[in-house]
Order: sequence, then C-alpha cells, then structure tokens
Amino acid sequence: MLEVRNLSAGYGPISVLEEISFSVGAGEIMAVLGANGAGKTTLNRVLSGLIKPRSGSVRFDDKDITNGAHDAIVQAGLIHVPEGRKIFPNLTVRDNLLLGAYLRGRAQRDATLEEVLATFPRLRERLGQLAGSMSGGEQQMLAIGRGLMAQPRMLILDEPSLGLSPLLTEELFALIARLNASGLTIMLVEQNVVQTLALATRAVVIEHGRVVLEGATADMEGDERLRAAYLGI
Amino acid sequence: MGEILAASLVNGLLTGGIYALVALGLTLIYGVLHIVNFAHGSLLMMAMFGTWLLAAQLGIDPYLALPLMTAVMFAVGWSLYRFVIGRISRGDDRAILLATLGVAVVLDNLALVLFTGNTRQIETPWTFAVLEVGPLLISVPKLISFGVALILAALLWSFMARTDMGRAIRAVAREPEGARLMGIRPDRIFALAYGIGTALLGAAACLLLPIFYVSPGVGSVFVLVAFTIVVLGGMGSFPGALVGGLLIGMTESVGGLVLGESLGPISISLVFIATLLLRPTGLFRGAR
Repeated sequence: MLEVRNLSAGYGPISVLEEISFSVGAGEIMAVLGANGAGKTTLNRVLSGLIKPRSGSVRFDDKDITNGAHDAIVQAGLIHVPEGRKIFPNLTVRDNLLLGAYLRGRAQRDATLEEVLATFPRLRERLGQLAGSMSGGEQQMLAIGRGLMAQPRMLILDEPSLGLSPLLTEELFALIARLNASGLTIMLVEQNVVQTLALATRAVVIEHGRVVLEGATADMEGDERLRAAYLGI
Repeated sequence: MGEILAASLVNGLLTGGIYALVALGLTLIYGVLHIVNFAHGSLLMMAMFGTWLLAAQLGIDPYLALPLMTAVMFAVGWSLYRFVIGRISRGDDRAILLATLGVAVVLDNLALVLFTGNTRQIETPWTFAVLEVGPLLISVPKLISFGVALILAALLWSFMARTDMGRAIRAVAREPEGARLMGIRPDRIFALAYGIGTALLGAAACLLLPIFYVSPGVGSVFVLVAFTIVVLGGMGSFPGALVGGLLIGMTESVGGLVLGESLGPISISLVFIATLLLRPTGLFRGAR
C-alpha cells in the first residue's frame, strides 16, 4: 500500500533521512522503531507532505505522492496523527472531529462521526468541551478520532503512547489492534519497543536516518541490531 | 440634566455602533488570526473614498453601494493577503506586522496623491434625517449603522461557530500544522479571513459616509479605538466587539459631557485600563 524508495530528507544543511526504503502492505500494522533523533518524525512529515524530500520516491496505492501537496495526500486517504497530537485546543471536541472530515463530503460526515464516537465513548461525553481542557489520554483519543474522521485508508500514528500512563497505553494499543482488525492499514511509529513488537506484524528499525533492519516482528525480538539501534552501541 | 445625559447616552450608543462596525473586521484579523493589522485604518479610508467616488461621480447612494463595496473590499483584502502580506511574511509575525505597516504607508500616500489632503463630504437624503422619540432626537443614518452592526456581529458569530470555514479559521490561527494534516491550507484560510475582515470595512464605509467626512487620514480616527475595542471585548469575540464598541461610544459621549469635549477621549483610556485591571482577558471569551 505504501512504498518508500531511497528516500532522503533533511532541514537546511542537516541531512536526517538517508536512502530509506521500506514498504507497508495493505491491512498490516507496520512498526517504525528507532531512538530519539533517528528520523522517524521527519519521515512522517515527508510522507504527509509537510516537507519535501531531497530525493527518492513515495508511492501510495500505486500513485506517486513524492512531491504531493499535503491536502492531496489527505484526500488520497493517507492520514497522519502527529506526535504531540496537535489538536485544536481552542475548539470544542465536536469541532475538532468535524474538521477531521474537512475534505470529506457533508453527507457522510454525520455517519462517520457516529462511528468514531462509538469507538471513543469518552469523546461523546465531552463533545461540547474545549479540547485543550481535556487530559492527555483524552487528547490522544481525540487526535486519533479526528484522524478517523478523514476516512483514512492508512493511518500513520506518531508516538501515540507518548506521555500516557502504562494503563492508558495498554488501552491505546488494544484500540489500534481493533482498528486494524476492522481493515485499516496502520503505520505505528513508537519508542515503546516491547509492546509495539507484540502488536505489529512487521517492523522497520531506523538508526541515524538509515534502515538497519526490516522484517517480521516475530524474528526481531532479541535481535542485537534492534538493541543497538536503541542503545546506540 | 437628565435629558442631556439621556441624549448623550443615546448618541454615544449609536456612535458606538459605528465603532463596533470598524472593530468587527479587526476582531477577525487581529483577535482571531493575531495579525497586527496596521493597514486596517487605511483600508477603511480606501473603502470610504471608493464609496465617495461612487456617490459623487455616479450619484450612487452609499446604502445602495453597500453590497458592491463589500464585495470589492473582500477582493482587495483577499488579494492583499494572497499576493503581498502572505508572500512577504511567510507566516512570520514580525514580518506580517511590517508588511501591514508598509501597506498602510503606501495606501495613505497614494490617497494623498490622488485626492490631496482635503476632507470631503457628501450629503445624502439621509444625512440630516432624525427620528423624534419623546424628548430625544435620533439620527437616522446612525440608527441604521447601529442596526447593521448588530446584524453583522450576529452573522459573523454564527459563521465562526457553525461553518466549516469558521472552524478552519479558528483552527489555523492556533494550530496550523494540525490543520494542514487535516487537508486545510492555512495560506488560503488566512487570505479568506483577511478578505472577510476587509469586506466588513466596505460595509462600514458605506454606513459612515452619510454622516462622516473622508480624508486620507480618516482611518486613524477609528483604528486606535478599534484596537481598544478588540482587546476590551475579549480577543476574537464578536459579541465582545459589539458590546465593547457600544461601551466605548457611550463612555466617550458621557465623558465629553462631564469632562468637556477635549478631555472626553481620556475616558476611553480610563475604561480600557480599568477593564484590563479587573478582567485582563476582556469582557467576553473569544473565538480564538
């Protein structure tokens, strides 16, 4: 579903990603693992069209989106739930969710909203509340809910467990499994290695902007290269 | 004394409606988008000269010109943001400030070249129309602008609260990257909102012209008061801008009565300072 080939990107003179290649198949949960500063967030920003890559190509659903505008990528159904959530704190929960469907027709919007609220009952209780006044866990739910409102074909989740308690993290991972079971392709970018490996079908490990390991998660546990990527040894 | 005070209050209330009209556009541009729009007064001046030209050259009544001027000023504001302010600033706040200041300087001097520094006025059938309500004489054109200010404030408030575009404007102002990830293009939204804020000046100009003069410096009469109203009412709140405008109008009018014409405007500052001391966020919670 997503094909990344020899992708390089950076900011000014600093090169962050160097010749990254991997692919995500339809219906799978692909984990992207790597330590802080490995280039995971930059990768997501390139995939969602927020910054342009220096070279390489990205294909989504067999269409080239390498230099696509961010709104065209959303239109195509590749939705990025960013690190730090980036919800609209000054808007109500309802308005946040409705804006998730900004590029989708009004006709389907109400039905999608019902589905999302069925997935996140807690958001239904808080529809009229300002998003910024909610707890971190609820804000993460809202960020994912807002992403689902865009009717994604593939969802990129960037560090969704960041700042959540272990209990909430477990709840979140169960939710990701449910979303995937309902047919949604997911690219999960995480630092939470153990739980992520248990959830994902395949994983790619990034170290200093390069892919050091790609394969089925079952083969990865205990792999020295994975440990090295995190510990930097 | 009671009658004089009542007359002064009513007159202030109606003048406040005009202040509110000018402040509504600024509430959107400054209060919601946080663009310090130094060009606001100059754009009002430009709209007033446009309305004046239509009236003096073509004999079109300012009230009839209102839809046209609103549309024209929307186009002016939209293009100004799209091709000048947005392009120069690239979203950097300090650059936006300088860009709007630059636009103001250009517009003011262009007006001086085209129209000289003279003040001009037109007389419409409405200019001196008054309504007698008991002992009070109410100026009809002021009453009309007051009514339109009420309607526009209500329209803007519901536009911001209930439409996708209104939500997108509020979202982009606070969290542009989150908005881009939803497929919203911040540059377009900013241009549109700047256009709407400027369009409101087109309406304000048509309502002002029957009762006010126009000159290249006329914007400065209103713009400082407008900034005061936006902050007083609560940044980004349209009901706040309306109430703030009326409050400032009445304060100025009664202040003039008590302190004398020349000291009257001081009362505006006194009310402003008192509000900021007691309620630093302004009277209403904004749509920020």
